[in-house]
Amino acid sequence: MTQDAPRHPGLNLGRHHPEAHAENEKLMFGFWVFLMSDLILFGIVFATYASLTNPMGQAGGPTPRDVFSLTSAAMQTAILLLSSFTFGLASLALKYRQPSLRAWLAVTLLLGLAFLGLELRDLVQMVADGAVPQRSGWLSAFWVLVPLHGLHVAAGCLWLAVMLVQVTLFGLTTQVSTRLARLSLFWHFLDVVWIGVFSVVYLGGLA
Amino acid sequence: MTLETGRKELRLYVIGFALAATLTAVPFAVVASGTVPRDVSGWVIALCALLQAMVHFRYFLHIDFSRQKREDLQLVLFSVLLLAIMAGGTIWVLANLSARMMP
Repeated sequence: MTQDAPRHPGLNLGRHHPEAHAENEKLMFGFWVFLMSDLILFGIVFATYASLTNPMGQAGGPTPRDVFSLTSAAMQTAILLLSSFTFGLASLALKYRQPSLRAWLAVTLLLGLAFLGLELRDLVQMVADGAVPQRSGWLSAFWVLVPLHGLHVAAGCLWLAVMLVQVTLFGLTTQVSTRLARLSLFWHFLDVVWIGVFSVVYLGGLA
Repeated sequence: MTLETGRKELRLYVIGFALAATLTAVPFAVVASGTVPRDVSGWVIALCALLQAMVHFRYFLHIDFSRQKREDLQLVLFSVLLLAIMAGGTIWVLANLSARMMP
């Protein structure tokens, strides 16, 4: 049995991390269970959103065309997709113990913060335009769905910042490596959820 | 050997990124152009979203059909099945109710 044989989905840490590679199997499976429960949560909020996106749900208030900007949605999408790619590069740097690891993590963190900045700007603009949660059922659902994803990204950014400190202080110990492997799953998963957000909320609303 | 494998993995990330970027650009372009009828653009958006989610799972989350990863694939597929029943059912029932209540 070679040490490089994949033991779990996600990037396997492999022969450069023998101990972490073995320990990761259970940790990664457990984390997948969490991610899938999170997926169910998002899915139900999506269903609520879809049920309220109609003239009755909008209750004569603002409609997607009044409050959404396709340009801003495209920028957020591009930034988040790029951050998923840079995290992939960080995962490879982790796997092969390359010094570029911290740089790619830092780039990913900056992209995550840029995404949050753009989203926050949009939300502030919506409040200024009177598109607040209590205005209509559709806006209530919007304010649950989109900020819920934003909160996840914010948590991911915090986790990234903590991991940057841990990599600096402790180096690539077994614990640090397996935590980074789980963070990469979390980050890529959030990008998958964002596919749903931009397709259903922004593109669906503006089509 | 290690270097070779690393390069192959890097290539997979680049391919995944290129596919995902294309599948994002197409629906955005369709909506931005504003010339495509609404029902057609809806199908394009849905199809691209589904394909892009599969690309992300394959290239970024590394879920595929290889033998070692069966349990995790089953976990993902079962979760998606539950989600399809709950979310699909909610949308179906409420859309039906909404249509019946329309004056």
